[in-house]
Amino acid sequence: MIRFENVGLRYGMGAEVLRDLSFQIAPRSFQFLTGPSGAGKSTLLRLLFLSLRPTRGLISIFDRDVATLPKSDLPALRRRIGVVFQDFRLLDHLTTFENVALPLRVLGREEATYRADVIELLKWVGLGDRVQALPPILSGGEKQRAAIARALIGQPEILLADEPTGNVDPPLAKRLLRLFVELNRLGTSVVIATHDIGLMNQFDARRLVLHEGRLSVYE
Amino acid sequence: MSETSPLKALAAGPARRQGPRPTPPGPIVPAGSIAGRSLTIVVAIMSFLACLTLGAVTLVRDASLDWQSDIVREITIQVRPIDGVDTDAEAQKATNLAASTPGVASARPLSSWENAQLLEPWLGSGLDMSDLPIPRLIVVELANPDAVDLTQLSTRLTQEVKGASLDDHRSWTDRLKAMANATVIIGFSILALVFVATVLSVVFATRGAMSSNRDIVSVLHYVGAEAGFIAREFQRHFLILGLKGGLWGAAGATLMFLVLSFLFGRSIATPEGDQVSALFGRFAIGPTGYVGALGIAILIALMTAITSRLTVFRHLASIE
Repeated sequence: MIRFENVGLRYGMGAEVLRDLSFQIAPRSFQFLTGPSGAGKSTLLRLLFLSLRPTRGLISIFDRDVATLPKSDLPALRRRIGVVFQDFRLLDHLTTFENVALPLRVLGREEATYRADVIELLKWVGLGDRVQALPPILSGGEKQRAAIARALIGQPEILLADEPTGNVDPPLAKRLLRLFVELNRLGTSVVIATHDIGLMNQFDARRLVLHEGRLSVYE
Repeated sequence: MSETSPLKALAAGPARRQGPRPTPPGPIVPAGSIAGRSLTIVVAIMSFLACLTLGAVTLVRDASLDWQSDIVREITIQVRPIDGVDTDAEAQKATNLAASTPGVASARPLSSWENAQLLEPWLGSGLDMSDLPIPRLIVVELANPDAVDLTQLSTRLTQEVKGASLDDHRSWTDRLKAMANATVIIGFSILALVFVATVLSVVFATRGAMSSNRDIVSVLHYVGAEAGFIAREFQRHFLILGLKGGLWGAAGATLMFLVLSFLFGRSIATPEGDQVSALFGRFAIGPTGYVGALGIAILIALMTAITSRLTVFRHLASIE
């Protein structure tokens, strides 16, 4: 599904922040991406959702070589990848419902065709009673769940989550992890970037550990 | 998690069920932001100034055309008194000659009273003009200045009327034309400068307003929106902002001209009013001015929309 071969990345003329990364993300797989702060987790996630291109090496996403990918093909490819940002990136002037429905709306779909799905998904992530709430009045955990719902509504083949439990208390973190596991059980590949050892210990999964720009994989 | 998970339902395709009555979705680009309001105000002010300048230039150009056509439409024949020649008879002959020339509307000798009026500032009142060798003046009104062959008329007058000469005001007209043209050129130069200032301030204000929307562009981009979709959303939003501001400015300028036109129309009988109307006509900017004002408003709105579109593409290029 996703393949990295000897991938390196540097910003401008600086030193390489990621070096010789080689790994694969298989369909229906579940992995944690971890490492100390500044190790390059967010940069690697940006490579994974096509926001950055490597300075060397090969990245193949859904069997397409990223280096030769025309810009016009990026949106369609990006829609197959769900992303949960660390800072949520919800639009404050849109309701929870509208935020979650955004990936479908940008496809030009009519609200009537997706309304029930969005409501049901919001109920599933525990936001059934916050459908019309605006993000500024949501708690950190609620925002996190809204961001997850937005990443899921387009039925992505892979979900990338950047520190999804960074802003929530342990019980909610556990609940969110169960949500990701359930999602994976239903067929979506999941990559969770986290430095929360406690979270990783709750679920036995593959670990991609970044340290000083290099990656070690623990199956 | 139960088997009725919504993810399974999603995988089954679009829902057949309908939820509660949907409320219309909010605009992707927020309608009323502080940056948006500031942009509308900047656009309105610049549009007002541009329309005002356009109106003023139109006014000066129309007035200068009026002055020129008024002066070109009138020529004067002068019959100098010569000893042993009946000046009045020669003047009558010149009048008849001028009146019979094609393109001439009327020819009329000034009466001795009118002559006295013309000379009064220099000679004072109460003089007996008959004792003085005053030339007779004939005012000739032209129906169509282009149809009159002034050279031929001048030659015929010299040959057939003793002491006659034709003054077609050409030297005056040429000077006035030069002055009026210079005024119009200066006006258009100012208009061009105001346009450039308008374009720059609208572009910068739009970019400023767009910077507060960068997060929205990024989010739309990351949820898989096509660049064209994002650009269209912003373009539409900024076109409406620009149109609103542009039309407010144009309406303000139009209203100002209407009020001025009304006020000067009322004071036309006063010496000050006459002076202004002598310079600027009825102070009306005419259809060109009004259509121009509307054109400026639309142009500014388009500029706002295009700038927002370009800013979206530039921002997308920077985050890819």
